[in-house]
Amino acid sequence: MTYSKLAGAGAFMIAISGAASAVQAEDLTLCWAAWDPANALVELSKDFEAQSGHTMNFEFVPWPNFADRMLNELNSGGKLCDLLIGDSQWIGGGAENGHYVQLNNFFDAEGISMDDFAPATVYAYSTWPKGTPNYYALPAMGDANGWFYRKDWFEREDIQAAYMEATGEELREPQSQRELLQIAQFFQGREIDGKTVYGAAIFTERGSEGITMGATGALYTWGFKYENEPGSYDMEGAVNSAEAVEALEFYKEFYETATPPGYTNAYMGESLDAFKSGQVALAMNWFAFFPGLYADPATGGDKIDFFVNPPQNIAASTLGGQGISVVSYSEKQDAALEYIKWFADPAVQAKWWELGGYSAHNAVLNDPGFVESQPFAGDFLVAMEGVQDFWQEPVYAELLLAMQKRVHDYVVADQGTAQEALDKLIEDWTEVFEDEGKL
Amino acid sequence: MSDKTADRVAAATPTHVARKIRGLSDRAIAWIFVAPTIFLLLAVNIFPLIWTVRLSFTDYKANRINREPEWIGLRNYERILTDSDIWLNMQATAHFLFWTIFFQVLIGFTLAWLINKKFKGNDLWTTIIVLPMMLSPAVVGNFWKFLYQPQIGLFNYIIAFFTGKDPSSFEMLGSVDLAPWSIVIVDTWMWTPFVMLICLAGLRSIPDYIYEAAEIDRASKLRQFFTITIPMVLPFLMLAVLFRGIENFKMFDLVVQLTGGGPGSTTELTSINLKREAFEKWRTGYASAYAIILFVTVFGLASIYVKALNKVKER
Amino acid sequence: MSSFSITEPSNRTKWFAGTLVIAYALITMMPLVWIGLTGFKSPADAISYPPKYIIGSDSEAGFQPTLEGYVNLFTTRTRQTEEFLANNPPKNWADEIVRQYDMVIVGPSKFGERFLNSVIIGFGSTFLSVFLGTLAAYAFSRFKIPLADDLLFFILSTRMMPPIAVAIPIFLMYRNLGLSDTHLGMILLYTAVNISLAVWLLKGFIDEIPREYEEAALIDGYTRFQAFYKVVLPQAATGIASTAIFCLIFAWNEYAFAVLLTTANAQTAPPFIPTIIGIGGLDWPAIAAGVTIFVLPVMIFTILLRKHLLRGITFGAVRK
Repeated sequence: MTYSKLAGAGAFMIAISGAASAVQAEDLTLCWAAWDPANALVELSKDFEAQSGHTMNFEFVPWPNFADRMLNELNSGGKLCDLLIGDSQWIGGGAENGHYVQLNNFFDAEGISMDDFAPATVYAYSTWPKGTPNYYALPAMGDANGWFYRKDWFEREDIQAAYMEATGEELREPQSQRELLQIAQFFQGREIDGKTVYGAAIFTERGSEGITMGATGALYTWGFKYENEPGSYDMEGAVNSAEAVEALEFYKEFYETATPPGYTNAYMGESLDAFKSGQVALAMNWFAFFPGLYADPATGGDKIDFFVNPPQNIAASTLGGQGISVVSYSEKQDAALEYIKWFADPAVQAKWWELGGYSAHNAVLNDPGFVESQPFAGDFLVAMEGVQDFWQEPVYAELLLAMQKRVHDYVVADQGTAQEALDKLIEDWTEVFEDEGKL
Repeated sequence: MSDKTADRVAAATPTHVARKIRGLSDRAIAWIFVAPTIFLLLAVNIFPLIWTVRLSFTDYKANRINREPEWIGLRNYERILTDSDIWLNMQATAHFLFWTIFFQVLIGFTLAWLINKKFKGNDLWTTIIVLPMMLSPAVVGNFWKFLYQPQIGLFNYIIAFFTGKDPSSFEMLGSVDLAPWSIVIVDTWMWTPFVMLICLAGLRSIPDYIYEAAEIDRASKLRQFFTITIPMVLPFLMLAVLFRGIENFKMFDLVVQLTGGGPGSTTELTSINLKREAFEKWRTGYASAYAIILFVTVFGLASIYVKALNKVKER
Repeated sequence: MSSFSITEPSNRTKWFAGTLVIAYALITMMPLVWIGLTGFKSPADAISYPPKYIIGSDSEAGFQPTLEGYVNLFTTRTRQTEEFLANNPPKNWADEIVRQYDMVIVGPSKFGERFLNSVIIGFGSTFLSVFLGTLAAYAFSRFKIPLADDLLFFILSTRMMPPIAVAIPIFLMYRNLGLSDTHLGMILLYTAVNISLAVWLLKGFIDEIPREYEEAALIDGYTRFQAFYKVVLPQAATGIASTAIFCLIFAWNEYAFAVLLTTANAQTAPPFIPTIIGIGGLDWPAIAAGVTIFVLPVMIFTILLRKHLLRGITFGAVRK
């Protein structure tokens, strides 16, 4: 396989360059969320330790607490993290508040070119102000919200026949959001092998970002936009457009008619649990989990398959993923930059993908063997072409919390209408931008 | 020990004794002893409080270090008091306060009354009942979340066992109607013992001779209960209510772990809302004003209540 | 009280009261027992329906006890390839347990550290608040201090602030002083919170010690300091001990400040326990194991020291 070769060559190169560098050995701490890719990164980083002589420590925080804990750490000027793989939405705050070290000079000096990385990831994970060549992170982990389903159930003739009877259509990977819902509703409450199963596990979490990430998956495909003109903060008619209202109503209908009971506060972990325990036919989650899902002995292998968030009016997926940044409060910035330099190496990137991390490096993504290397690799490329992200403003947290509240109040707590929820959301957001002096 | 004795002893102490302390007068010692405490309280309580008041008139954001805060007068206060969402949080808090106190007083007093019957081993059982209130509220919230899990949780199972309902047919934490009660149940489980202990102290403070006198007067047990027991315990009970009231007005850890304020915002008590404003949205100035409003509310309500309490005591 | 007293409840009343109280006690203990049991279940048994509650039984309601939860609590594990697993036999019994999930233990978890932080911060702040509190209480009890009553009331009223409200300026202050996420910062903060209660409780205890004792000592040639620590302190020992327990329990259980002001270095166990994750979602047996280990010391303390503790609760409240 091409990857192992590339990785092998990289290891050799690293061994040579390692002999040359004679910097003082440091104890570096890298902070990230606690999930499958983080474990892969620990594995990957062993090469760095061997090569550089530095020691890597890791602080992995579970997702529901990740943003809270890490932003708190940054805002208190903490020295815990030398390297931080922070969420894409933090880039604005990281840059404007001086939490992240700007990497332009470093990139120039080390010959690291952002052109070597997938444009969507550079735009989303590295630049601030958006789209300008000011880099505060190196794309570390490409990610988007996708779907997976019980292939074994979809292939069963009795189930296919029942679906045909119920809907008059073939049971297949859904081609639209509506079809997705129809399939999920079909499975909802169905008896399979003597067990009641449910439609789909979707995100409904209230505390951090869950329900926003889930609902935007529907909103974007209906054509939802944050602003009428990018950069104008003109939201009336965009955020609460007729399409947006329809999409939000769709998400509520999905929640009410096609999710397992008690699914009121669910995010990544709950989605994985529901799927792995055989409770649901479909589930949404980040691509980052797909390697682990595929490897799962109970529901992985030939029992699972993956698909990109289906389009409705347009094709779109909610962006996940992170860039790796050097924290400006760190006293070991040189060693931290050394890590980034090492990580940007195409050979290391190849091994990163092999271990279960989503490289954003063109050398990996454009490799002819990439699409075939994993059953979800092709889907990943498709998804990354249509990704959209939440606001990345320095005030993103305020904007996100407002959306969490409005959407959860409407979808889960059943208060008001979709129109009201989005209208109120504009009010909340307007207030935030006014406070910022942007409106 | 009464003040009179103290004064007498103080007067009787020869001055040369009092001075014989390597140059340190009593007054100096007093200040040396009190100073560290006062200093600590000034540094960690008072100074921050004053700072909060100051911040509450600005639009400061603690996560925007490079942005100059502006003095915006009373605008934060105005915004909070006219925000309809915050009034919903207040309502949720009031619901929580009222019902937790109601159940805790009811059950707590009953238990204290029963324990006061001095059955054998009451000491040990009292201790066992007290255990929940000694635990960490956050940890309690966390494991009750497990007990409340639909389908698999013990709570749903027990309710199902007694009512014959399907244990997956209701969600204590997820449903808009049940979630406010789920937090009331856990808080009642945890803090009823506190009310019970205070009531017990009240019951034990009633001298036996009062009951004996009532017996001689041939007052019925019921009459004794309403004319002796209740009035004598009332000041204690009111104290317990005061403490639970203050504590539950501040309630954060238990509920955050249980529901996180959800579903929607149905159990978003003011403290949880405040935490969101202060440490998630980082609207420091706004949150400071919010904090001051809450503090003044508790302080005001508590003061009025204490006045009422003193009246009851005087009777 | 003589058994002939007419206020002594009848045996039937006692029996009736006893039954009700014991019933309540048993119900109230159920959640705790359940958590204790869950710590010894496998993740699958922990979330099975109907619940399993008979230890070691093969019946429908039985489960085989396992230390999985405790192993998961104290270790970090990674999934490994079959090849790796075949070539590396399990190193010990704990490794053996995680092998059934194709995993190996790669190191300790953070729980040990967080637990240690709880111990350091708990005992540190308890020592400091009792030490300072005793001094202040003695001064308030024995000397005329201007505005003493106002000061005492004021000291106590600081506890009315919601912790989140206090945390806002503390956060800013600690950020400027470099005290964020440090043990010292947390010890000082908990001390400040506890000291009001400590002074209040201790003043009560010291008030009860007759002044004649130290006056006699002073006449015998003791200095004030000597009189304080040779005469007053031993007398106040029980009071100091029960105050210490209160301070310790508060610091041990505290969550709001810990979650807002610490991230890793000085984080205590309460904010950490809910974030224990397993394969996929929350690892309930590991969480239950963590809860058990965390609350057990408090429960044992409470039962052993119930006399002082229960008195302290009512005393602290009722005096006001």
